[in-house]
Amino acid sequence: MEWETVIGLEIHAQMATKSKIFSAASTAYGAEPNTQACAVDLGLPGVLPVLNEEAVRMAVKFGMAIEAEIADYSVFARKNYFYPDLPKGYQISQMELPIVGIGHLDIEVDGETKRIGVTRAHLEEDAGKSLHEDFHGLTGIDLNRAGTPLLEIVSEPDMRSAKEAVAYMRKIHELVRYLEICDGNMQEGSFRCDANVSVRPKGQKEYGTRAELKNINSFRFVEKAINIEVERQIDLIEAGGSVVQETRLYDADKNETRSMRSKEEANDYRYFPDPDLLSVEITDELRAQVKADLPELPSIKKQRFIEQYSHDNETATLLTSSRELADFFEVVVKQSGCEARLCSNWVSGNFLGALNKANLEITASPISAERLAGLLKRIADNTISGKIAKQVFDALWESDLTTDEVIEQQGLKQITDSGAIEVIIDKIIADNPAQVEQYLSGKDKVFGFFVGQVMKASHGKANPGEVNKMLQGKLKR
Amino acid sequence: MHNKTITELAKGLREKEFSSVELTQAYLDRINKYQALNCFITVAEDHALEQAKRSDIQLASAGAGLLTGIPIAQKDIFCTQGIKTTCGSKMLDNFIAPYNATVIEKFNTAGAVTLGKLNMDEFAMGSSNETSFYGAVQNPWDTNTVPGGSSGGSAAAVAARLSPAVTGTDTGGSIRQPASLCGITGLKPTYGRVSRYGMIAFASSLDQGGPMARSAEDAAILMQTMAGFDTKDSTSVDREVPNYSAGLNNSLEGLKIGLPKEFFDEGLNSDIASAIEIAVNEYKKLGAEIKEVSLPNMKLAIPAYYVIASAECSANLSRYDGVRFGYRCGDPADLNDLYIRSRGEAFGAEVKRRILMGTYALSAGYYDAYYIKAQKVRRLISGDFSQALSEVDVLMGPVSPTTAFGIGEKTNDPIEMYLADIYTIAVNLAGLPAMSLPAGFANNKPVGLQVIGNYFTEDRLLNIAHQYQQVTGWHQQTPQGFE
Repeated sequence: MEWETVIGLEIHAQMATKSKIFSAASTAYGAEPNTQACAVDLGLPGVLPVLNEEAVRMAVKFGMAIEAEIADYSVFARKNYFYPDLPKGYQISQMELPIVGIGHLDIEVDGETKRIGVTRAHLEEDAGKSLHEDFHGLTGIDLNRAGTPLLEIVSEPDMRSAKEAVAYMRKIHELVRYLEICDGNMQEGSFRCDANVSVRPKGQKEYGTRAELKNINSFRFVEKAINIEVERQIDLIEAGGSVVQETRLYDADKNETRSMRSKEEANDYRYFPDPDLLSVEITDELRAQVKADLPELPSIKKQRFIEQYSHDNETATLLTSSRELADFFEVVVKQSGCEARLCSNWVSGNFLGALNKANLEITASPISAERLAGLLKRIADNTISGKIAKQVFDALWESDLTTDEVIEQQGLKQITDSGAIEVIIDKIIADNPAQVEQYLSGKDKVFGFFVGQVMKASHGKANPGEVNKMLQGKLKR
Repeated sequence: MHNKTITELAKGLREKEFSSVELTQAYLDRINKYQALNCFITVAEDHALEQAKRSDIQLASAGAGLLTGIPIAQKDIFCTQGIKTTCGSKMLDNFIAPYNATVIEKFNTAGAVTLGKLNMDEFAMGSSNETSFYGAVQNPWDTNTVPGGSSGGSAAAVAARLSPAVTGTDTGGSIRQPASLCGITGLKPTYGRVSRYGMIAFASSLDQGGPMARSAEDAAILMQTMAGFDTKDSTSVDREVPNYSAGLNNSLEGLKIGLPKEFFDEGLNSDIASAIEIAVNEYKKLGAEIKEVSLPNMKLAIPAYYVIASAECSANLSRYDGVRFGYRCGDPADLNDLYIRSRGEAFGAEVKRRILMGTYALSAGYYDAYYIKAQKVRRLISGDFSQALSEVDVLMGPVSPTTAFGIGEKTNDPIEMYLADIYTIAVNLAGLPAMSLPAGFANNKPVGLQVIGNYFTEDRLLNIAHQYQQVTGWHQQTPQGFE
């Protein structure tokens, strides 16, 4: 039988606010355990939550970017369950009336564009962490993360393959970083994903029973986890069994999913509106402010790059894959005044290559857009050749010097003075009578030998165009 | 000294008739002398004398306020930095808050002296103070009877003159009912008027702190310090605080008083009914007009309240899990055992009952039938009050259907106990301000008159109470043995 996979994703994106969603404690990552948990985060008797308006603004921003309905009024609710790293015994989340309603996002897989529906996105507070190592049979609790704002983005079950799921997840990842509402750091848990996976015979309308795969923290694992789960479900059904609705955990080491808890064991969370918080009103004023603040979105930027810089789809996709990279590219174009093609070749080639090799984020790049523009300027005005430029680039990477300083210090200035080139050419011709003979007798290949000798003698600084032209003049057959 | 009003005490301090240290010591001595009443969970002797010393310095210089150097005692529901805050529960028997409630902070800023922390029903759940882990409180008017609850220690302490005035909190009548049973003056403010930050939550949408004192005049002084918007409490209201003392002497000529007929039904003790009638007549003499009004959904108030309050408390009390603070059971076998035994061993029966009721009401399949239905009833009740208060300025009636009952008399019948709040609960559901004033005696026990006003009319309520206290002497009566 032919099977169809059905996938919906729940993505938790940590909002990049300075302080927590209901307290003034810092959200910075990596502090000593429990040093960034105030009385409110600890759930001490008598404390009350106060909503961080910045988190609301960020959620609205996301909603606008996916063309979603933004609720006029939205309500925070208590989700009740006991766990040691959940200080109040309930999580403040949203159930009915989330901030962001129905929206959508377009993904591209194998050159095809597909629209994925977003059911809703709501704000909630994160829990703390339970630390099971290092405590010899005891559990440590770190509440630094407790109260960190999360935006839970729930998709429709619109994806039909692991590949589509990854494309959607990447697209959301790109978007939240574009909007500067989430740093997208998956190692630190700022961007996490649960996947609802089911299969059904191709052509069947009803969905199959789904399993929820929890907390898959990389793009690669999402793809692998879904594929292995789909395989498991198909094998199970084909062997006469049936899928149970349950939560499953993906084990990356063994590349398998295993049951965490079934539906019967699921908690009754007893949601009810949190009486400590007023309902959130999204005013027209706030909408207007956020709208004015909205950056150019990735899909629109990509289209503009194709039109404005004559990029092909692939180059435009690469250069707009993050807001920082796109901005970097545009600064290079503007500052250098060079052709877009030269700029995109350098940014997507040498520059990104060097970053990847050094495993650096663009924000940590040792070469700024301004410095790279300085280099390209000198290529364009023939001060240096493309080959020498690579040498200068390496020097820029290692130092704080400008391109002109490197050229000056290393004496890399291209020789365009025809008199100086002529002296070299004459010497090469005089020193190699045999090769001259060969060339004149019709061996074209030998021409390259002369070019090479001249470049070598000039330490690569002779202008290659000039060398060609003059050599052709001197070696007239 | 202990029979003086706050205004008189402030004058005495200013004119150096006595110092704050002397005054504080005098009250500490009385607290010590009447320990048997069990009003206090914690007497903060050293802390109080230290504060008094500082107040005396402040009094000697300029900038002292009306409360500078005046001893106040706090219900043990307000978190006090450095002084144990138990909320009447074994769960918090070891809990010392690392911060002050906003109300405490305001009293500290005003220069008041904190004598200690007052006994109360466990987590404010009770109408007799008998659910306290620290034992029952005796009503000074008859030590075999209860002081009411949950602010029972507060009311008894004022009645016995162990503190010039105190704080209380009112979720379903917890200021007004004990004030009534102990013959003192209590004000439950409009929901949102006094910050709830640092006031340990029972039912967040109903809880409200307020003053309890001997007279409306003293209550106005406390209210001035307690009221106001607090950025730390999202449900507090950003609205100007009036001068509560300024209008105390305004005339009541033309005041329209409504008597809700549902307040005078067959459940009301006839002696109380006649005391209320006499009090209302007093208001007639002061120029008020009387009209009968109706609150048709009153009978639904108690069931709706016990769904909403219990639902909220079931979540509010989840943080007491033995993990971070408070009671932890000995030698837990695993996580579940830690939860079950810590909560099982440290919560009292009434608290457990309400957590169970609330958890049930919020459970899948019951939520609509209980919680949502109760919220609808709540809106109906608010609507009834709006209607009635569009016809008259204030509503009057009894606070409690009975006078103080015997210790142990109702402890085995929770429904009977819940009915003690039948006239007070609806006011919390509507979020309105209301007062309880001493209005005579029935069988030698105090009777309270309830005055309910529209939102944010605390100043008018205090004026109405004060005018009554100018022509009657009930609020000046002192229980025998405590003169």
